[in-house]
Amino acid sequence: MKSGKFWAWVTFVLGAAYFFIPLIATLEFSMRMKRGEYSFEAYRVVLGDARFQESFTFSVVAAIFTIILGVLLVVPTAYWIRLRLPQLRPVVEFVTLLPLVIPAIVIVFGYIRMYGSNSPLPFLASGFGTNALLVIGYATLALPYMYRAVDTGLRTIDVRTLTEAAQILGAGWTTIIGRVILPNVLIAVLSGAFLTFAIVIGEFTVASLLNRPAFGPYLQNMGANRAYEPAALAIIAFAITWGCMSLIQVLSRFAPKSASRPN
Amino acid sequence: MAEPFLSIQHVRKSFGANTVVQDFSLDVEPGEFVSFLGPSGCGKTTVLRMVAGFEEPSAGKIVVGGKDITRLKPNQRNVGMVFQAYALFPNLTVAQNIAFGLKVAGMSKQDTDRRVAEMLEMIKLPQMADRYPYQLSGGQQQRIALARAIAPKPKLLLLDEPLSALDAKVRVSLREEIRSIQKKLGITTIFVTHDQEEALSISDRIAVMYGGKAEQVGTPFEIYNRPATKFVANFVGTLNVLEGKVTDAATGKVQVNAQEVSLKGKLNGSKSGDTLSLALRPEAISLARQPGHDTSLSGEIAEVHFLGSVIRVRVGIGDNTVSLDTFNNSTTPPPVVGDKADISFSSGDMLVLH
Repeated sequence: MKSGKFWAWVTFVLGAAYFFIPLIATLEFSMRMKRGEYSFEAYRVVLGDARFQESFTFSVVAAIFTIILGVLLVVPTAYWIRLRLPQLRPVVEFVTLLPLVIPAIVIVFGYIRMYGSNSPLPFLASGFGTNALLVIGYATLALPYMYRAVDTGLRTIDVRTLTEAAQILGAGWTTIIGRVILPNVLIAVLSGAFLTFAIVIGEFTVASLLNRPAFGPYLQNMGANRAYEPAALAIIAFAITWGCMSLIQVLSRFAPKSASRPN
Repeated sequence: MAEPFLSIQHVRKSFGANTVVQDFSLDVEPGEFVSFLGPSGCGKTTVLRMVAGFEEPSAGKIVVGGKDITRLKPNQRNVGMVFQAYALFPNLTVAQNIAFGLKVAGMSKQDTDRRVAEMLEMIKLPQMADRYPYQLSGGQQQRIALARAIAPKPKLLLLDEPLSALDAKVRVSLREEIRSIQKKLGITTIFVTHDQEEALSISDRIAVMYGGKAEQVGTPFEIYNRPATKFVANFVGTLNVLEGKVTDAATGKVQVNAQEVSLKGKLNGSKSGDTLSLALRPEAISLARQPGHDTSLSGEIAEVHFLGSVIRVRVGIGDNTVSLDTFNNSTTPPPVVGDKADISFSSGDMLVLH
């Protein structure tokens, strides 16, 4: 028993070291911009850079639209699959997993060929169209996470009985989804939303190949040309991701508890 | 006879090749409490779900208050329903749950609040308004579900095994409460259950279902004392079934293990030499001869179970075994296994099962 505990601690320490040493090294390096002293100079430079603010704002807006598109696409789909078409579940699960198997570069080249300025749907002919295509691409990349989060949320409630209870009380579909289903899976939806946010903020391939001024290409550009700022940016990006994960944890405390308790 | 409030007419329901309900018809009077009683898979819940609008009948029609509602959506039927699994909305408080149907119907906030308070008083839980469903016991949750179903003043109340998930004590008290509320409001109610005691104790009428059909529809007294089919007799209450052979159809003589039993006027359609199933309720049988009992059979004590106030005795009569209960008497020792014993009963209590 004691030996088991010892090895568990050894494993934990090794894992923590593997995870934290590069992070601490990056943080330490990012603070050495001024010679001979530790400072947040690199952070000041990065945060004061107009291109940082523009690209970050662009990615945040893109993330918000991606989340809205993802929720509108995934919540009704996952709900309907659970309620009426459970036999289609394996098919939908497979489709939502495809973005993990197909590299983003393949998806974006497909988009460029399909939606070029000469195609019947010329998304790439305008800036607005390209931005829309970027959001669609992000929603596709985030699909595995968003679908799983929402589906897990739906699994915790008795979708069919709650739907029928609302129906018999006179509710239509909009009321059922808006006032019964969505509030009960809100935390799951928010988890999916924060994961989507984290993916969009750091995404490089799609934004770069569609030539959008997003945060991912900015990070790459900085990394290729500067020394200390990329390390500061990596820490900032990491903090954003961690912030998102922490918010998921905090919000999950407010999830409606299940009423299905035996007497 | 008054116009039925709910009329289920020749309803049939198939799922693919599987017919779950076959030609089911039933008329329910205004304010009546009717139970659908039957084993799992007999189609009772499917009929209820067709009345609610969750399933569409493959054939037949459902009329409520003279209006054909067969093709109406559930949210257009003005029907209240209580589910086995409570189905309270977990994100809403008790008061918000009860108010849900009223809000959907567009009732003003003032009227909604008044009606919610009225409902909470009715179910004797006025202090629970701000609680969430997870903070309540199963019995309390089901009371709230009942209040939520009744709040919008539905024309018809459907109860889908509402007591099944509760423990025995709560089940008994809640079923009495449901019945008293139903009587007070005079709301026409359909109650689905597989528990015969529940059905017998609170129903005006019972429809005993089996294989997608109503085997018998009648008052609890009729269902228990005059079961129309072998299934009803077996399903409702405990029943002793004895195999007998008709020796003289004209005079109603039947032989059970070489002992004669007279069943005057009950052998319609039988002829001498036919084998019959005869049924007797345990409470109709006495161990030893009793005044008023005109028939007796001899056998041997096969089993004795001491249950406190009651002693359950099984008596073997040839290949047949008869179960009966006798009250415990501290001055009389219980029968002994292997002893010879006579059982007696009134031939009028014996049922011929078809």
